[in-house]
Amino acid sequence: MLEGETLFRQAQWGEPIIFNLGGTGRVGYSLPGVEEEVKKAVGDLNTLIPEKLRRRDAPALPELSEPEVIRHFIRLSQMNYGVDSGIYPLGSCTMKYNPKINEVLANLPKLAMLHPYQDESTVQGILEILYRLERWLAEITGTAEVCLQPAAGAHGEFLGACIIRAYHKLNGEFEKRRDIIIPNSAHGTNPASAAMAGFNVVVVPSDEDGCVDLEALKAAASSRTAGLMLTNPNTLGVFEKNIEEIARIIHEVGGLLYYDGANLNPILCKARPGDMGFDIVHINIHKTFSTPHGGGGPGAGPVGVTQELAKFLPVPRIVFDGKNYRLDYDRPYSIGKIRCFYGNIAVLLRAYAYILSLGGEGLREAAEVSVLNANYVMRRLKEIEGLKLPYGEKPRKHECVFSSKPLKDKTGVSALNIAKRLLDYGVHSPTIYFPLIVEEALMIEPTETVEKEELDRFIEAIRKICREAQENPEQVLKAPYNTTVQRLDEAKASHPQTMILSWRMYRKRQSIKNP
Amino acid sequence: MREIGVKSIEELYADIPEKYLLKKPLNLPSGMSEFDVKKHVEALLSKNKTCDDMPIFLGAGCWPHYVPAAVKEIIQRSEFLTSYTPYQPEISQGMLQALFEYQSMICELTAMDVANCSMYDWASAIGEAARMASRVTRRSKILIPKIIHPERKATLQTYTEPAGIIIEEVSYNPETGQLSLNDLESKISDNVAAVYVENPSYLGFIEENVDEIGGLAHRHGALFIVGIDPTSLGVLKPPGEYGADIVVGEAQPLGNPMNFGGPLLGIFACRDDLKLIRQMPGRIIGLTTTIDGGRQGFCMTLQIREQHIRREKATSNICSNEALCAVASAVYMALLGPHGLRELGEAVMYKANYAIRLLSRIDGIKTPVFKSLHFKEFTVNFDGAGLSVKNVNERLLNMGIHGGKDISKEFPELGQTALYCVTEIHSKESIELLAESLEKIVRG
Repeated sequence: MLEGETLFRQAQWGEPIIFNLGGTGRVGYSLPGVEEEVKKAVGDLNTLIPEKLRRRDAPALPELSEPEVIRHFIRLSQMNYGVDSGIYPLGSCTMKYNPKINEVLANLPKLAMLHPYQDESTVQGILEILYRLERWLAEITGTAEVCLQPAAGAHGEFLGACIIRAYHKLNGEFEKRRDIIIPNSAHGTNPASAAMAGFNVVVVPSDEDGCVDLEALKAAASSRTAGLMLTNPNTLGVFEKNIEEIARIIHEVGGLLYYDGANLNPILCKARPGDMGFDIVHINIHKTFSTPHGGGGPGAGPVGVTQELAKFLPVPRIVFDGKNYRLDYDRPYSIGKIRCFYGNIAVLLRAYAYILSLGGEGLREAAEVSVLNANYVMRRLKEIEGLKLPYGEKPRKHECVFSSKPLKDKTGVSALNIAKRLLDYGVHSPTIYFPLIVEEALMIEPTETVEKEELDRFIEAIRKICREAQENPEQVLKAPYNTTVQRLDEAKASHPQTMILSWRMYRKRQSIKNP
Repeated sequence: MREIGVKSIEELYADIPEKYLLKKPLNLPSGMSEFDVKKHVEALLSKNKTCDDMPIFLGAGCWPHYVPAAVKEIIQRSEFLTSYTPYQPEISQGMLQALFEYQSMICELTAMDVANCSMYDWASAIGEAARMASRVTRRSKILIPKIIHPERKATLQTYTEPAGIIIEEVSYNPETGQLSLNDLESKISDNVAAVYVENPSYLGFIEENVDEIGGLAHRHGALFIVGIDPTSLGVLKPPGEYGADIVVGEAQPLGNPMNFGGPLLGIFACRDDLKLIRQMPGRIIGLTTTIDGGRQGFCMTLQIREQHIRREKATSNICSNEALCAVASAVYMALLGPHGLRELGEAVMYKANYAIRLLSRIDGIKTPVFKSLHFKEFTVNFDGAGLSVKNVNERLLNMGIHGGKDISKEFPELGQTALYCVTEIHSKESIELLAESLEKIVRG
């Protein structure tokens, strides 16, 4: 038995699907009742609701007691891995520790029980928090105004692309400016967001340093260019050192510069996208500002813009007259709405508390340690046989990307196999097969909230896996062994003949098979 | 630093052009101790008045419902709370199963076959549904009711305008508020991708002709999209039983607090039809087995639709969603079960209709404006009293009550009208207090 297998065993409860639990008549709730007088005054609902509008058959939901529900979901939680379980070095995801005080604050009833349409006089506290947060984020990004409304980074990108659209429309140039330039190292959301906002995506390659190829950019930029979407530092963890020239090229042809904030963490309070010429910036609150990702969300993706573009931001804007905070809907150039209300407030409140806890100095230190950790991992992994560091040895920022192609060529063990084997060590795997410009990519972002011992454990695990790949590749190819389940059949899950996307679908397909 | 051979952190930033490196600290607060942060935030939040402090009769897309303690307990479990999107399914089975159960329970509630594991909110879900309908039918017009939440309509416009989709409104019967079938018939054509209705409507009444509306849509080869409030589906016929192809809605009321309007939880479901499923936006969790076939397990599925694979050809750009809110809703639905959801729907409907009965007795007040059956929200008109909603609400607030949403600007044709909301958390006493207070205000 290999050492890794003795270190970690994830819970295996064999927990049934909830529909197979419980028993007829059980309930797990206690709702406020309805007084007899009320019922009498209103009359029998069954006569009130015409038959054609009434639900005939109760929904086929399970019937469970509260302890059954709690045990079921607690068992499920034990078959899951979070930042609180251990290192989570998913590149570009910035899985840093989520301070507990922020959870306490975000769950206060003074926020939870607040309705968005309350009279402004009754919500001054939360408006003050949001207004200040906007100002801080504007200061951090070097933009003039920030809108807190987007629910996620991609939602912010869509808003940004809509602003680019609105800007060119107002200038009467939208019909000819339909191209958004995006480097081939970009996150998938960039081209998807640009396309959603009705743009053509023009992809530019990266040069031998992993940066935007300036010659290609010059060739791509034209009077058809609406803008450029760029991540800086980019997805290789490399700072786009030619950013001044890039900004010049795009601005000279009349385009706007969009900053994808997924990788803002390493330059927090060190440098600002606004100073580099970016016109629109989104921030991933759930990455850079430490709010928990919740297994996929909720996050928040505020967008900062230059003064010139501020008039396009969604309504309402939070304004302060020196005495009171107000919601201003009177913005004739606004692109309108991208969602209801004002944003993922409970997430934003956590970010407010985080900035307040760390302060400017603390944020700067967080950025520096994240870069130090990434470079430490890079140095140590470089020594491992089977891994290759593409795009030179210069310092990286928050993350580093290795290629495990040499290992694959020699042993047949792929990046996917390494990722799966890492799970056996109780370590979440890095992002794999991204960015697309690196073959067999392992994209590693340790963040600032891991100790050196934890980094060493992660590095050691990779070293052992690479060695194991040479000595006993079969063992790696069949990993993982220590997780709740072994390798899953993802093809089966997506095949039209075998896919099951809900329990209802499962039941229907079973009854066709066994009528 | 020694291991990596640098003398100072600054060496690691040497590639950032000197002119962009900040020379002086930004204008940000200095760090605070945990104790001070807590005091500071609590002090600011204490300036808010919530529905714990006064009865609030607001709904309109974000509703006050009771969130059971068991729900809060589960979603604070840090294995759920601090996990990322389950890209590595073998180590994320708990989250995946919980989300699959959420999808499955939404399917049971709506009587649809497939649901994704969340959109940002109802509004953005309509936007995605309209784009999906346009892709599926290769048509470019969406018909929507004139009575729709203005923010949902505005969001729909933002989402559809870049795709060249035209939004057209269908008028309503001025007596009942019901969608006008005549107007729908005159506007539907073979260029209509989808007909969208909300049930209950934005103004709280139940749409009675859903069968006919769906039938009309289908006869013209258009999809039928229905927007729902899931708390109504314990008592009202689910959209899957009246022909909906796509269902959207807001699941915030299923176990998520209002939080000043966010996070919310967009519902997105459709029929078991590959043409539809392949065009769905968002993450979908599927049931599968281990490769050896020995055990059941869960994983994200149909990722070929998504941005990280398809890039500019993806069905949507959505990446982060509202997964933890979906888990909260799964726990909520599991606690309530079929009986609880029925009881919830009945409680809401009894109490709202009790409020309608009490308020309609007041001279000068007309409620509801439309002669239709109402679920949990209803319109209250003050024209007969010669008062503006603004004025009424100010006076109510002075009496320690928060009135309904002023919709006089949204629907000028309805005069001085407010949209009120009553749920299971409103006591008989608070409803009676509202009636007494309004009576005082109207009398002057």
